[in-house]
Amino acid sequence: MSRWRIDRLLSLLLATLAGGAALILLLVLAFLVREAWPVLSGIGWVRLVTDDGWYPLENRFGLLPMLWATLAAGVAATVLAATIGLASAIFARFFAPPSVARLYRPMLALLAGIPSVVYGLWGLTVLVPLIARWQPPGASLLAAILILALMILPTVALTSLSALNAVPGSLMRGAAALGLTRRGVVLGVAVPAARAGILGGFLLAAARALGETMAVLMVAGNVVQNPTGLFAPVRVLTANIALEMAYATGAHRAGLFASGLLLTLVVVVLAGLTARLVSNTAHV
Amino acid sequence: MSRALQDRLFTGAIWCCAALVIVAFLWLLGDLAWKGVAHLSWSFLTDEPGNAGRSGGIGPILVSTALILGVASVVAIPLGLGAAIWLAEYTRRGSRLGQGVRLSLDVLAGVPSIVFGLFGNAFFSVFLGLGFSILAGGLTLACMILPVFIRTSEVGLTAVDNDWRMGSAALGMSRSTAVGHILLPAAAPEIAAGLMLGIGRATAETAALIFTSGYVDRMPESLLDSGRALAVHIYDLSMNVGGGDSAAYASAMVLIAWIVVINAAAHTLGAHWASRSISA
Amino acid sequence: MIYGSGAVLASPYTLGGVQSGPACCLPDPHLRIENLSVAYGSTTVLDGVSLNLYRGCITALIGPSGCGKTSFLSTLNRLTDLVPEARVSGRIWMDTIDVLDPGLEVQGLRRRIGMIFQKPNPFPLSIYRNLELPLREHGVRGGEVRFRKIEAALRDVGLWNEVHDRLDNPAMALSGGQQQRLCIARALVLEPEILLMDEPCSALDPMSSDVVEKLILRLRGRYTVVIVTHNLAQARRIANYAAFFWMKERVGKLVEFGRCQPLFETPVSPLTAAYVSGAAG
Repeated sequence: MSRWRIDRLLSLLLATLAGGAALILLLVLAFLVREAWPVLSGIGWVRLVTDDGWYPLENRFGLLPMLWATLAAGVAATVLAATIGLASAIFARFFAPPSVARLYRPMLALLAGIPSVVYGLWGLTVLVPLIARWQPPGASLLAAILILALMILPTVALTSLSALNAVPGSLMRGAAALGLTRRGVVLGVAVPAARAGILGGFLLAAARALGETMAVLMVAGNVVQNPTGLFAPVRVLTANIALEMAYATGAHRAGLFASGLLLTLVVVVLAGLTARLVSNTAHV
Repeated sequence: MSRALQDRLFTGAIWCCAALVIVAFLWLLGDLAWKGVAHLSWSFLTDEPGNAGRSGGIGPILVSTALILGVASVVAIPLGLGAAIWLAEYTRRGSRLGQGVRLSLDVLAGVPSIVFGLFGNAFFSVFLGLGFSILAGGLTLACMILPVFIRTSEVGLTAVDNDWRMGSAALGMSRSTAVGHILLPAAAPEIAAGLMLGIGRATAETAALIFTSGYVDRMPESLLDSGRALAVHIYDLSMNVGGGDSAAYASAMVLIAWIVVINAAAHTLGAHWASRSISA
Repeated sequence: MIYGSGAVLASPYTLGGVQSGPACCLPDPHLRIENLSVAYGSTTVLDGVSLNLYRGCITALIGPSGCGKTSFLSTLNRLTDLVPEARVSGRIWMDTIDVLDPGLEVQGLRRRIGMIFQKPNPFPLSIYRNLELPLREHGVRGGEVRFRKIEAALRDVGLWNEVHDRLDNPAMALSGGQQQRLCIARALVLEPEILLMDEPCSALDPMSSDVVEKLILRLRGRYTVVIVTHNLAQARRIANYAAFFWMKERVGKLVEFGRCQPLFETPVSPLTAAYVSGAAG
């Protein structure tokens, strides 16, 4: 077979593979909707918001308490991780002595690779008893926030560090030549110049925090209720799915799939916002 | 507040945050080592779990994990490479089709892992009738690692020197030859790194596997058997098994070691390939 | 790798000495270009170029940067096909073949017309593989046959003595001048009729540039060579014909074409006179 015909066939094959990869998303959405259909159409998706709580066996499918818990934990964790993570990145780029700086980045990379179950395990056996000593029961919103923040912090730090490293040295030398102190150079020049990458990293971390299951499941206490305070046990949407999928049937199962759909929607919208924001702030 | 004082406070705050991170890092890993090392042994790595995992080892679980990752790789590599080559070499810049594929993959990359678990359960386990099996788990993980693998491979291929594309075209060489003999080998480091990254993430996965590959901790006999991945084992030990903590810690150490080895392999493979093709 | 036992060749070059090929003052055009225009998107870079490239002769394309000389070269072997927004109009005849015919088998065309780029671009493979890959691609069977062709090509460019004992080493490890000679060998190994060279010496140091220039001289007679060069002295040294390009209203145009010496010494157009004397461009 001539090489040129092989080329044509190969091009077709590759296009098919690419199309297949692209269709996975549609497949996922299709099956989510298919499984959630009894709730979406039968019971009506409005009930997911208006019912007073999640008691599926009593035919109540209110997702709001868990949604609030998800948002509370996610937003708080993101804010915490963003501040400390950005500070870490600034430390590694501008303040760390070379010997420390060389070790700091691999340390962050290692932390970023630790699985969420391990964070959950540590949270369960160390953090929760610690909080319990202060204010029982320990498994609480606060635990979820702290563990989530710890989990997403390395990624925030790494993306911020990359963004800061990409700022041209000439920019900062120029600022220093104008008499700005290190604080001035960092806050006035470097961070604004890198803000697209840094912001992108924050939003990426937020998406991850909202979608995280295992670590939160293991430390948050898993009581379905509106978050009443930092020390109250809460259940987030992801943990709910993980806990109840094992035995859910019928409308209950459909309700879980519906909650999965909702979660995906939130995360995808966030990712879309990230892309829009990053491209808009990309010009320095 | 004087300028100098503000500067001092800023520096202090930065150092505090950095110290916080280092302390957390040391605390976490230290705890892990402290509580897990006692339970570690060679037999731990090879024995069957006993007494719901409190004693015995994680042998079958390591096998299951390897099989799940194997299935995921075998599916993701051809599909992912093919898609990446198509995007990098066979689409024009700004083509609608290419943009569409990339958008779909970017959205897929953001889907939470528990939702992949839901999908895997509904599609692979129920619709395709695979039940709780290593195959279902591996296929679900393949879907998860594809988006990032394709994007990093595409970037690696696009970054290859365009002079070689022009040169091979001027010699009348077909695109398939150029891709197979010149471009793919040149991009191999990036592609391997992207694959290792994906496998590293897959190894850490729990939520997507609970309802696709299941909980069974016996040695699997076929890909259709249910198998417990290492991360799932840690979850089970810590949440459902009282007194399983030290076994959980030991398993966690093994899991982290596995991931570190994969990442190190990615780095050395990448560096080795890069040096071989350029220098004498 | 088992290399064949080639016969011991008397001279280091199979092409013979400098300018030893047949004379090329016969008006036998190898390529006839009629009213060629090239545009990228809405920007026209070349307009209304007509000239003949004579068989076995070296034709130098001279003129300032941006006049479309490289685009002109790229149309001859249809490399413009690789640029999606490129639009080429006019006619190019290679003997009886219409080069711009959309139905033409381009791979075969590119075997007959070779191209050397400004920046040496050996593939990230071994020296041997760099030359073997195009041969295999064009269906040259038999390891022995390929080896003989590769040896001949490497001798032609004067690399054989330097690399014959390390053919499996990476090509990228060679020096700039050696890499460019390797690229020329890679083009020669396919036994083309026409060689297109886009400033082949400009990225090289003076010594390597000299070696490559002498190599190009040796190609005269056996190959039709078209060379873009900014080095007017080089053009005078090696070219039989010269084509002078200039920008008029931001579009590249052919101002003058003719035998090299007359064009440099007694040009028809005042623009040409200004350029070759260094007063303009």
